[in-house]
This record gives sequence, C-alpha cells and structure tokens, in this order.
Amino acid sequence: MIEPVAQTEKVDVVELRIPAKAEWVAVARLAVAAVASRSDFSVEDIEDVRLAIAEACTNVIRDAEPGAQIDIRCESERESLSVTVRGGAAVRLRVDGSEAGLGVIIIQSLMDSVEYRIEPDGVVLGMVKRVQPR
Amino acid sequence: MDIKVQVRESEDEAYVVELSGEIDVYTSPKVKDAITELIDQGHYNLVINLEKVRYIDSTGLGVLIGGLKRVREHGGTVNLVCTNPQIKKIFDITGLVKIFGIFEDEQSAKKALA
Repeated sequence: MIEPVAQTEKVDVVELRIPAKAEWVAVARLAVAAVASRSDFSVEDIEDVRLAIAEACTNVIRDAEPGAQIDIRCESERESLSVTVRGGAAVRLRVDGSEAGLGVIIIQSLMDSVEYRIEPDGVVLGMVKRVQPR
Repeated sequence: MDIKVQVRESEDEAYVVELSGEIDVYTSPKVKDAITELIDQGHYNLVINLEKVRYIDSTGLGVLIGGLKRVREHGGTVNLVCTNPQIKKIFDITGLVKIFGIFEDEQSAKKALA
C-alpha cells in the first residue's frame, strides 16, 4: 500500500516555452490556468490568471522579432501563484491608451502584484495572484 | 480555439454580428474583418452579440473600439449584448462600460440604436 505523502509547504515550479506567435497564446493561457487550478483559487480567480497571462504574452508578441520565444515560469503554492513572462529585448510595456495599454490595465487589475524589469537578455513581467480568504 | 462570426440583418435594418468562441490576439482579425466589411458597406448601426463569447482580451476590445470609432464618424453606434459576468468585468476594469452601450439581450440593444 502506498503511504500518503505528508502535506508540507512547498513550491512547485512549472516552466513553459512557446513561440512568440499569436496562435500559441491559447496554449500558454490554458497551461497556466491548469497550474492555477492546483492552488486553492476560485473559478473566477483562475479566469483572472488566464487572462493576465494571455495579456502578458500578447504584449511580448507585439514587439517580438521573428523566431522569438516566450518563457513562462510558474511557481505554484497552495495559497498563491507567481508567474513570470520573459520576452526578447525589443519588448516594451505600454501604459498608454492603446490596445497594449488596455492589456497592462487588465493585468494590473486582475493580479495582486505586478513587476516589470529589464534584464540583459530581455524584459520580464512578474505577476502574483494570491488566494483570497473566503 | 476559434471564433465563429455570424452576420445577419434584423427586420429593423440594424445589423447584428453574433460572435461565439474566444476572441484573442489570434482570432480577433476575423472579427475585425467582419465589422470592417459591414462598415465599408455603409452599415453604421451595429449590435455585437457577445453572449456566446467565453473569453475576450485587449485585442478583442481593440477591435470593438476601432469599430465604434469608425461608425461614430458616420453618426452611428455599436451596442453590445453581454451577459457573461467575467466578460462584463473586463469592460468594467478598462472603463469601456462608459463608452459602449451594454445590454442584457439583443432586443434591448437593437431598440437603443433607434
């Protein structure tokens, strides 16, 4: 008989790399939604994560060079999910009234914290969603 | 993942664009083409029915805003039918509830065009 593993506080890491092309965004949002469903999120919260990740990927695609990739890293815990979306050096985060600016507003509204940083090999958008007490 | 676009003329001369599926960066060009074609044909009062849309992102919103801007140049408007709370929420957080007429059913959206 297999003994149940004792539940301990742990972080599970899931990484995904997709081509920076429009047709792959659906794969990213489905995969990250599946990761989010491992935590204690409500259905609405999972939908929020799904949209925020899609917006982050779409933002990368807008500036992506041919052949570029998007790296997505999820750190899943029972009470939270951290996701980083890493794009190429040409990517910018727009905060204007454009379509891309709307995407940023959506991400900031749906996630609990959002961080944008520029690294030597590209830009990174980090987002955290926490389980709300019910 | 796909989007289905169905265009029909209603008895009161309004055109209804019924969308079903997911509107994202990949599928939104199909929606844009349908709306652009209607406007190019001179139809400036549109109802866009989102009742069967399960998902919309900023590119989808961009297409709707673009359509609204174009019809307004001709004195027309775009009314939306939306009952999905998750999609309504996106219109709320982006402030687009103040720009679009959003209705619970197609009949009300068409009536408000008149």
